[in-house]
Amino acid sequence: MLLIHCPYCEEARPEVEFAYGGEAHIARPVDPSTYSDEQWEEFLYIRSNPRGRHHERWRHAHGCGRFFNAVRDTVTDVFETTYKAGEARK
Amino acid sequence: MTTMKRFSGFNLIGEAFRSHQGWPEHWPDKAPKASYDAIIVGAGGHGLGAAYYLAKKYGITNVALIEKGWLGGGNTGRNTTIIRSNYLYDESAHLYDHAVKLWDGLSQELNYNIMYSKRGVLMLAHNVHDVQSFKRHIHANRLNGVDNEWLTPEECKAYCPPLDISPRTRHPVLGGALQRRGGTARHDSVAWGYARAASALGVDIIQNCAVTGIRRGADGAIEGVETERGFIASRRVGVSAAGSTSLVMKMAGLDFPLESYPLQALVSEPVKPIFPCVVMSNTVHAYMSQSDKGELVIGAGTDQYTSYSQRGAFHIVEHTLAAICEIFPIFTRMRMLRTWGGIVDVTPDRSPILGKTPVKGLYVNCGWGTGGFKATPGAGDLLAYTMAHDEPHKINAPYNLDRFRNGRLIDEAAAAAVAH
Repeated sequence: MLLIHCPYCEEARPEVEFAYGGEAHIARPVDPSTYSDEQWEEFLYIRSNPRGRHHERWRHAHGCGRFFNAVRDTVTDVFETTYKAGEARK
Repeated sequence: MTTMKRFSGFNLIGEAFRSHQGWPEHWPDKAPKASYDAIIVGAGGHGLGAAYYLAKKYGITNVALIEKGWLGGGNTGRNTTIIRSNYLYDESAHLYDHAVKLWDGLSQELNYNIMYSKRGVLMLAHNVHDVQSFKRHIHANRLNGVDNEWLTPEECKAYCPPLDISPRTRHPVLGGALQRRGGTARHDSVAWGYARAASALGVDIIQNCAVTGIRRGADGAIEGVETERGFIASRRVGVSAAGSTSLVMKMAGLDFPLESYPLQALVSEPVKPIFPCVVMSNTVHAYMSQSDKGELVIGAGTDQYTSYSQRGAFHIVEHTLAAICEIFPIFTRMRMLRTWGGIVDVTPDRSPILGKTPVKGLYVNCGWGTGGFKATPGAGDLLAYTMAHDEPHKINAPYNLDRFRNGRLIDEAAAAAVAH
């Protein structure tokens, strides 16, 4: 069970309050009709899946309900930081 | 090549007269040579199977099997040992049934008791959607020559007596789909049996030797792998590294459509035989069997986040046990002895990737997600075939990387979530 700090509520809460939202900072296509099959593959399916620092989205589903970003080590599962959606990649 | 002393009644009696001092080690631990005709990365069941079939069926015996830890120490030793092939789509049915056909007779072929037990896999239907979905699976399976049959609640109860089929239960049993050829096998024995047989055919099993890089030539083709014990040359490298596959692929400059998640399982204290088959309930997220040692073997779900930690959250286990207790109230006071986690590599369509890669000479077997054990002999055979012919077999041809680009996904719901 992870303890996750919600940057909006400014509290560390148990993982069961949160929903994982996958890798963070994957930008939606600005002009989808111009996207090639390669670009769609990259956007939809290719993930960095690192062993170590991982940027990921979480949603405080049973709290404020808002999305935020986090940096977590995927070997130790320790959160390095969490920050609000829209802030620059840390 | 090493000599393998066959297990037989004759040899057993012979050894009994000399205190069993004459049995050789199952496989010698080898130091790597400078080069090989083929290298397999990852000595789990799939990689061991691939090395064995390369030597046995496809005539390539100068093979190195390189393993970061010890053989069979990853997901091969962490799964719930369930075997079945009742998948919906044609591609899946062919793939998984290829494996089930190889499971049959594998003990004899390897001269090693892998304890394949066709005790049947019973999937419970708790609502109208389950009933319709399972019947659709049964019809699709019949067209593909895969056995799967519908049981009424009373027939389910007769097949698995601990089931509570009264209509007052929280999750009433409306029937079930039974694959009689499904069952379990002893996972460690599978690894050991393949290792012993492959070693006897000339395969070098090199443990405690992590791959640290993949060397490609000026033309982009594979030249070999860098390891903790030096460079090993080969024009053919097959990667079968489960949760670590995307890390190995990055060494070759390839980004893969994979994410690695923890998947947990647990066992109870051992009790006398009470549970005769494998029971799965997809709706309430529970599956269980009883090992020959007497433990109830229970599979939990994946955690929601990616991780390489080989441990999962406690609330995942609690969720699974709640479901087990609801379906089998007799187990509410069983004590659980151990829980553990493995790291599974999951693809976007929950089907594996098994075939060639954009790099010449580099082959991959990955993405089996939460259900790779059942496919062990089939995946090994098909990876070996693909490496030997530089072309996929027609069974694994659909499981290429291109499907994530051309959209021809194999969106196998039966492979998703907990149903393994």
